[in-house]
Order: sequence, then structure tokens, then C-alpha cells
Amino acid sequence: MMQKRNLKLVGNAVPRHDAAAKAKGEQLYSDDWTMPNMLYAKVLRSAYPAAILRGVNTKKAKALPGVHAVLTADDVPLNEDITKFGQMRDVGGGFEGLYKVLARGKIRSKSEAIALVAAETEEIAEEALKLIEVDYEVTEGVFDPREALLPGAYVVSSEDSSNEIMRTQVQCGDIEEAFKRCDVIIEDDYQTTPHEHAYIETEGGMGWLDENGVITLRVGVQVLEHYRTVAKIMGLPHTKVRNIGVPMGGGFGGKEDITVETYLALLIAATRRPVKMVWTREESMETHAKRHPEYLHYKTGATKDGKILAQEISIVMDGGSYTYLTPWVQMYSTYGAVGPYNVPNVHVQSVSAFTNNTFSSANRGFGGPQVNFACERQMDRIADALGIDRVELRRRNLMHNGDRLPTGFIPQGHIGVSEIMDKVEAELNKTKKPDRLPDGRKIGRAIAVGHMVYGRLTFMHDSSRVSIRIELDGSVTVRAGVPDLGGGQASVICQIVAEELGLDMEDVHAYIMDTHLTPLCGTTTATRQLYMSGNATLKATAIMKERLLPVASKLLGYPSENLAFGDHSIYLVNNPAIRIPFVTVVGHLSNDGGELETIAQFNAPFTEVPDLSDIKGQLNPDLTYTCHGVEVAVDEETGMYEILRLIAAVDAGKMINKNSCEGQMEGGCLYNAWWPTHEDLQWRNGITKANNFSTYYIPTAADMPDVETIIMESGGGLGPYGAKGVGEPSDNSIAPAVVNAIRDAIGTDMNLNKMPITPEKILAAIKARDSK
Amino acid sequence: MSEKINIKLKINGVFVTLEVLAHQNLLRALRDNYYWDVKCGCEVGECGTCTVLLDGQAVKSCTVLAAACDGHEIWTDKGLGLSTKLTARIQDAFVECGSVQCGFCTPGMVVAATDYLKNGGKPDRTAIREAISGNLCRCTGYVKIVDAIYKVAKDIEEGLL
Repeated sequence: MMQKRNLKLVGNAVPRHDAAAKAKGEQLYSDDWTMPNMLYAKVLRSAYPAAILRGVNTKKAKALPGVHAVLTADDVPLNEDITKFGQMRDVGGGFEGLYKVLARGKIRSKSEAIALVAAETEEIAEEALKLIEVDYEVTEGVFDPREALLPGAYVVSSEDSSNEIMRTQVQCGDIEEAFKRCDVIIEDDYQTTPHEHAYIETEGGMGWLDENGVITLRVGVQVLEHYRTVAKIMGLPHTKVRNIGVPMGGGFGGKEDITVETYLALLIAATRRPVKMVWTREESMETHAKRHPEYLHYKTGATKDGKILAQEISIVMDGGSYTYLTPWVQMYSTYGAVGPYNVPNVHVQSVSAFTNNTFSSANRGFGGPQVNFACERQMDRIADALGIDRVELRRRNLMHNGDRLPTGFIPQGHIGVSEIMDKVEAELNKTKKPDRLPDGRKIGRAIAVGHMVYGRLTFMHDSSRVSIRIELDGSVTVRAGVPDLGGGQASVICQIVAEELGLDMEDVHAYIMDTHLTPLCGTTTATRQLYMSGNATLKATAIMKERLLPVASKLLGYPSENLAFGDHSIYLVNNPAIRIPFVTVVGHLSNDGGELETIAQFNAPFTEVPDLSDIKGQLNPDLTYTCHGVEVAVDEETGMYEILRLIAAVDAGKMINKNSCEGQMEGGCLYNAWWPTHEDLQWRNGITKANNFSTYYIPTAADMPDVETIIMESGGGLGPYGAKGVGEPSDNSIAPAVVNAIRDAIGTDMNLNKMPITPEKILAAIKARDSK
Repeated sequence: MSEKINIKLKINGVFVTLEVLAHQNLLRALRDNYYWDVKCGCEVGECGTCTVLLDGQAVKSCTVLAAACDGHEIWTDKGLGLSTKLTARIQDAFVECGSVQCGFCTPGMVVAATDYLKNGGKPDRTAIREAISGNLCRCTGYVKIVDAIYKVAKDIEEGLL
């Protein structure tokens, strides 16, 4: 157990260090930087989702006055590399796919970049795009991963002989024998749609060649470490590419893949001038990765007393045009498919395939929400088939401390899912559910649970570094390469430093995300920054405290172990009146030649790449558990529904910033609430028909009720002070709760398993129910 | 290429002359002149992050022709915050209530909130939600944004502002 401590800042709703600048309109984002003599850049994307690129003629575009560069694959020093996501080791094993900068050979999707243009103005750059002549041999293409895996299917890439990206499985127990002992078996197909991140800031940034020959970028990205890939593509040493990162206007996984960095670097090198590139909304939505569409088959068996004995699951994932993060995401889907339940007999098989759709990669939840949707739909159906209360069925099967995941791994953090489910159930049912509203709409309620990892796959050997420097006036600078996408990733680091050194937030200055000046913290992905960089920060403050305490001990005349930090002082724990100002101790340490600056590294647990034919053991450091409760009203005349109540619960381990933690839970809830029903990109044969916010509907303030958050603090996380990560887990288990609540209202499962679950489909289900 | 024209307008209380393209929208004209607090999210009037006050009314600046603003008055989040007690209070409330995550929708939200409150908006969560429904936010789930506006509305009602 954690030692009980009085925490002054940790756990409170401390204003973030950057909130005031953002509220007052002073925060600059990727599109807010400019330079004299700057050029504007545009990308020519493919006109077709599937084609063979025969040739590109840039002569007319280059001749247009005001155009300074038109680049194609032939102009890229290294056009093909492997995709890296900040990992400090080469993982191998098929996990790192092809990164192709500009099109060559087969064109795999409409998002494929064919040429880059830099010109005096944006208008001239757009004009130049129209003058580039591309010779395409249009091919048939394949748009469904199930078809892509059939023998004789159109092969998406010119580099591979088949469309299969990865095949893997997890198994335990004896599935065949277990099904024989089941009283009820529910078997069905589920389907999830691609999901758009829909950050309000599109991708963009600018850069220039500095006086030392360094390609210097100002681009907001979730993975600062992409500078290494950019350098490799350019044929430069890593030291000659620098990204002075910029806070992102939202990321959610969509800014985890390289966006504009390589394009800018190529154009800066070609023109020797500053260059800016910002994607339009349409370009952003058609081009960046989506959450993997999944085709899932679930067969779940239970005994009549409600014990789930067996889960047999197969998953087909649409990887789209390139590999990117597909294998990593696939691990999460495969590993998480049975949910936070103790199921003794499991067989999960998964396969991912290339198609000519926009590529799939990271999206908040990283393979978790798809399987969670199917799994939690199954749970309600098993309960109904057995005549057991739906929450009670879950209760009889939920994991508790000491239980194993299907890979055999026993999570080390607290497993609090049953505790939070009880809280949500009590809250949702504190009033008796009415059958209908006075306006005639039917009421439905549902509860769903979920588990999701925080921290990266352990075979990536993840690490983070943070540096702190104490100034002579007692203020502190934290240097951390932590890309801040809006979750408060940098602010919690400041909070931890202030807490540990007994200072205020205002005393701590954060200098973040500059690849030349800040220690590398690794990616802002995988809900890892609080866990990884928070722990690195704790280590750094511990080193500084070890230096300061002997000085204070000498000055105060008491042993170090009896002293503590607080109120800008170092004081005697038993008699806080005996104290010495922090700044005085800092002065003495400096006079004595002590070091006022330090860097510390935190390493996650390391494992080896698993055997994909039979995944065993640990894959991630730990998991976070969530539960969502939903009440909906369904209009049975139209099939439209409204969410009346949203309850979001999590075991956060320990809240570091109350507002940020609640903010994740509230935002996560809305992020996925409409995914099954409203947020449909309308992919048709490789074309994204819903490419802006008038056709792709994300919830407005008027569409949603207040989220009621329940945050449990078990202290059982692996992060600082026993914290767990909540960023991605917060959007898990909401989607099935919404759909199961609709099911509860209309009393039929028809049409509720395959997204998009439109009002038309809900209405058809109601009509079918009534005609029986 | 497009024709350039000069327009005279008052931005954040200062008379300025801007050279704009004849077809340019107000959002682009403002950003080209370094009013960076006016953000661009979609440029077709859907996301609301470019919201400014035009002659005292909240508008999405991407849907307004810059040339049509000749002789008119514009206020942005930053200018309002530095000049009016109400907006400064809204900005502070956003900080206190944890309403700011990535912050990209925030300037537009603050302007929308200013518009709601200066027109007598009440501390009514449903009405506040309706008032900011033209401004999309993908991070917060809107709860803490509504909290902040509600808090200021309450202060106004109680005569504290």
C-alpha cells in the first residue's frame, strides 16, 4: 500500500499552467507561426483509391510563376522506410510496416500523396496542383477486408504478395469441451465503423532551415520522435532535424502518425525558405488514419447460473492502405476481446488486411472500443437468454484482484471494476425507470463495463526522461519532451514537481516538447504520459530532494529523515515552526558547488516480442477499468433517440488533477457516445463521403446531457501516487451502453449489432417487432 | 489572381486599414493580419472556433466576406478579454472550472459565451447549451464549459459583476 501522505496540490482541481493563455487567446498552435519570406505548401492526393502510378509530369506546375518546388517520389532521398512510433528499439516481428513518403508503384488509397508543391501563396500552390499531370492506370481495388483475404483478391500493395497484415491468437482452456457444458450459447456477428478523431485543429505546421543547417519544424504532433524518421528520409543525421513542438488542438491518436513533418522538411530543403502547410478540414478527414473497422464474430457460452464458461471470438480488421499501427492495435483488440471477465476457456483469433480504404491506425481506445462493443452486447444477450439481471450477470463474471487475463498474465494494479459497477448501478437506478416519457418516447437503461491498458506494449521497452532545474530564486524549470494534446499532459508534471518540492504551481515553469532542448518523454499515446513521465518526474524530484535535504539538515540541525518540503520551506515534520526557506537551502547548495539540475529516466516493465501463434504473458504494464450507465429515450415513430443520462465511472487509482481527470471522463464519454449511431464517414468504395462537420455529426452541447462522473481512488495504479491512466479508458464501454439502452427501450436486438445503427435501422427493428 | 482592396474597420477598439482579397473571408483577413486568437477549424461555418463579435453580434468569421466588413467593428476573444470585465471574468471562469483542455475551441467559446451573457443570458444549463451549440468541442464533453458560463451568469444575477 502507498504510504499515507498529506498532499497539497495532487488530487485538487488545480488550474493548468497553460489554461489562462488558452482562455485569453494567447496560445499559439501549429497554424499560428509565420516567418518573412515563407512559402505555402500543398499536397496532391490521388484521384483514385486504387491505381497504378504510371507517371507524373510536373513541368507545367513548375512553370507557374510563384511556384518554387514541385516534388515527387524521385526527389525524396529515401522514399521508403519503416514506420516508427518513438520506440527506442527495433521491435521487428512484422510490427513495423512500410512508410512510403510519396506514391510509387501501386496507389493504395485516395489519401496517398503523389506530389508536393511550395509556392508564394496558398492560391498559387492550389493552382499548381491542378497543373500536375498524373498518368493513372485505374484498377479495381478492394474495400472490404473479408474480401481482401479471399484467394485471388485484388492485391492492394506493390510490395506484398497478399493483403494479410498480421494474424494472431490468444487461447486458454479447452473451448470445445467447455461449450458442451454450457446451457446457453449466443453467437452473432458484429461490425464497427471507422471513427474520425474530429479534433477541431487540423494537421499543420511550418519550418525553416536554421543558421546551423538544422531543419527546424514547428509542428504539433503526438510523437516528437518522428524527427528521427524525417532525418532518415532526408539523409541527414538525427541532430540536423529539430521539432520545436506546438500544443495540439486535439489529437486522440490522429496525430500519432507522421502528418506534415516530412513534407515540410523536403520542401524546406528544396527551396531553402521557410514553408508552411496546413490541411483543410476535408483533406484532414479524407487523409488521416481512422479507427479500424472491425468485423467480429462472438460465440459466448454460459451455464444456467450465469457463469460464462467459454468465449470464441474471431476478428477481421480493416487496416486500410498502409500498415502504420495496425499490428499494435490488433494486439489490443485480441488481448481485450473477452472484456474484464474471468472466462476460463478462451480462443480469440484475429487477422488484419490491407484494403484501398484510408489507412487505419490509432484512435483513442486503440482497438479496445470495437471488441468492448461486441463483448458488452453479448453480455446483455446472454443475461436475457438466461433470465438473469444484466448487471448481475456481469457481477458473477467480473475479474477481481489476482485473476488472470486470457494470456495468463495477472494484472498488478487494483482491479476495481465490480466496485465501480455497483456505484453506477446505484446511481442509475436511484429513481425507478419509467416505461415512457409524457411525450410517448420509450425509456431504456443500460450499464456496460470495460478494461483498457495504460502504458505501451511492454515489448516496445518504453521509457521516459524528465529534467528539472532549480533556479537561484527558488523557482523551477521542468524540461520535458511531452507533447501536449490538451489532456493536461505537461501540467500534471508541473503539479508533481510543485507538490514534491513544497512549491506552488506558479513557481514551476514548463518548457516542453523541443527535440533539441528537452529530454525525450516518448509519445503522448497509449495513455502513458502520467504513468511514464509522471514517474520520471517523481524520480527527478527525489534526486533533487536528496541533494537539498543534507544541506537543510546541516542548517537546521535535525536529521534529514525528519524533514519535509512544504510552503516554500523545508521543515521539521514534528514541529513545522522549525523551518528554513526553500530558496535559502537552494542558495547554500549552489554555494557548496551542488548540482541544481538533474534528469531522470523511468522504464516500464520490459518483455520480449510474443509468439503470435499463441500470445502468452504480459503485454502491457496495467489496466484501467471503467463503467458507463446510460438512459435514453427512443421515439418509436421515427427511430430517433436522445441520451438523457450519462454516468461515467472509473477507478483512477489516484486523481492527480481533479478537473483534468473529470474532464477526460466527460470528454471520453462524448467522444464515443455517437460513434455507433451518428458518426458515419460514409465510406463508399474508398471514397470518404462525409468529409466535414456538416455530414459527419459530432455531438454539440445541445445534443448531450451533463455527464455524471464517479471517480474511485483505489491507490492501486502503477503511476505516481498510485494513479492509473484514464485518457483512453474514458471512452471505452460508453458505446455498448448507449446501444444496449436503445435495446432496453425497444425490446429487440434486431439491427443493433452492425454500425452505423441509424434511426432507419432502429425504426425497422421496431416495425419488425410490432409485426410479430 | 484576385483583386486586392483596402477596408477600414475597428478591430478590438483600434481603427485599422487592412488589405484583403476581394473574395476573402473575414477569418482569413484577420489571421493574415496576425489576429491569431481567431482559429480556423473548418472554414465553412460548422465548427465555430472562428467566432468573433461583428457590430456586437457573434458571427462565424469564416462565413463573413471581409470586404463587407468595411466600416464595421470587430471584437475577438483576446481584445474582449483585455477591454471588458465580462469577457475577462468568463476567461477566468474557464480557467477555474477546468473548461480548457486543448484550448482550440476556447476563443470561439468565450466569444459565444460573451454574446450569451451580454444579451441577458440566465444561469440555465439548457439555455447555455443551446447558446454554444454552434461551437464544437471534441475534448471536454462541454460539462465544464457550461459550468464556467453558468458560474458567471450566476455572478451577474447576484450582482457580483
